[in-house]
Amino acid sequence: MGSRAARRAAGVLIHRAVILFFIVFAMFPFYWMIVTSFKQNADLYVGATNVKHNPFIFNLPPVLDHVKMLFYQTLYPTWLFNTLWVGVVVVAVTLVLAVPAGYSLARLTGKWGERLSIGIFLTYLVPSTLLFIPFSRLVSLLGLQNSLWSLVLIYPTFTVPFCTWLLMGFFKSLPKELEESAMVDGCSRVGAIWRMVLPLSVPGLLTVVIFALTLVIQEFVYSLTFISSVQRMTVSVGVPVALVRGDVYYWGSLMAACLITSVPIAIVYNLFLDRFIAGFTVGAVK
Amino acid sequence: MLAPTLVYIALLVALPFLLAVFLSLTNSSAGSLEFSFVGLQNFRNVIASAVFRRALGNTFVFTVVSQFLVIVLGNILARALMKNFRGKSLARFLILMPWAAPISLATLGWLWIFDSTFSVINWVLKVSGWLGPGQWYYWLGDPTLAMAAIIVIHVWRMLPFSTVIILAGLTSIPNEVHEAADIDGAGYFAKTFRVTIPMMMPILTVAVLFGAVFTFTDMSVVYLLTRGGPYNSTHVLASLAFQDGVLGGDVGRGASIAIFLLPVLVVMAILMLRTSRRAEVV
Repeated sequence: MGSRAARRAAGVLIHRAVILFFIVFAMFPFYWMIVTSFKQNADLYVGATNVKHNPFIFNLPPVLDHVKMLFYQTLYPTWLFNTLWVGVVVVAVTLVLAVPAGYSLARLTGKWGERLSIGIFLTYLVPSTLLFIPFSRLVSLLGLQNSLWSLVLIYPTFTVPFCTWLLMGFFKSLPKELEESAMVDGCSRVGAIWRMVLPLSVPGLLTVVIFALTLVIQEFVYSLTFISSVQRMTVSVGVPVALVRGDVYYWGSLMAACLITSVPIAIVYNLFLDRFIAGFTVGAVK
Repeated sequence: MLAPTLVYIALLVALPFLLAVFLSLTNSSAGSLEFSFVGLQNFRNVIASAVFRRALGNTFVFTVVSQFLVIVLGNILARALMKNFRGKSLARFLILMPWAAPISLATLGWLWIFDSTFSVINWVLKVSGWLGPGQWYYWLGDPTLAMAAIIVIHVWRMLPFSTVIILAGLTSIPNEVHEAADIDGAGYFAKTFRVTIPMMMPILTVAVLFGAVFTFTDMSVVYLLTRGGPYNSTHVLASLAFQDGVLGGDVGRGASIAIFLLPVLVVMAILMLRTSRRAEVV
């Protein structure tokens, strides 16, 4: 074997090793959630000092006890329902606000359109950790403390800017002549948008729905601040805050909850990731 | 048609933002709507507190160290993903998982990994002989180890995001540029430092700035992993603002701590605008 071939083989090997390393790093917590969710307690709580007990594998047959407990003996189903309820309402509000705004910004040319669109995008960067204190004031002033409506009111503060920005990019890719020809044929502008633009924007709208929904499911800070009763919590807060009883961590059920919530989102999110990244990198990639 | 969105943003982002500044100048507390102006007293008290100064330092340490690691690792990973290989789309999918999982739940997963009795890391270290008899790491009970744990989680979460952005940048460099450099006799290092890095600058800036903003303002990792402990040694600005302003009920103090996030955010926003303008788009 020539040295060139050897070097090539080494290159391939290093490449494989690098990819493998990053996959293990990224996936390990998920793998750990899976193993923990289905292990028997006797297999789970052995203690890391026992070098003979390999924690990476099932030393005893896997069981569904933790998952059953999660669904039948905890409020996890309620939290799921709360999260979805908030998610659906917030998505609706987001679409009502972001579609017209995104369309206007796409068609509004010149300096002001540009400034406004950047301004709206920058509001996405205003973090929840800066606003949760004034919001907690506002929420109690409106009598919404401990109500899911507080989340419906506040969550669009991060879904609307990002979705407006994404939709703006999407509408910009549609030719202006589309509405103009419809308007020549006697449609009003709203009619033209409704009949011509929106049907062509279904992929963009779908992306926005998915992202608004995932942002809602992921949100932690506001939900932690405004919601105090266990029955009204969302998944992202209920699981880490209320599934722990006193000092007792039910790790099997906890990890099952993390797994069942995270994996579907991660899969859906990945399908739409390229569009999402396009939203962030507009301007930096030519 | 823009009006409803602008009104909503004015009422629920701009106004609360001003309210945050306003509250930081008052002695208002949770459960009471009465308050009086105290001027800069909150800020003076806060700066005098050692816990706050530690939190301020931590916020920068966590952000700078994790973003540095993310950019280095992100470049390596993005280059590896540029090549074609079997199972590439599956590898990409798996590597991106951490970014999509809700951060509070992912942190919970890490909390279990760093558990004081059952930590799988300790088991591996024990088996490999790194930890001798009687030796043990209390990951979240030791300030230095706890800080390392927090940085690991931030890197784990932000790496996919930055990798994808860097990948978008790498694929946007036309092949002709590399060929031209080859013809001009540029070696590997000349190509990396004179061609790839300059052409990647705008996209790297975007990746760093977004990553930095997300890490700088995050409170979920610290809050769920260590609650700022042991002995308030791992707090960041956001988690301390939550502890004092919401749990402790001292709204004015909490608001004044959160305000310290602002200067850095403003600088990042300006840098971001500059970058996008330099790229002549937006």
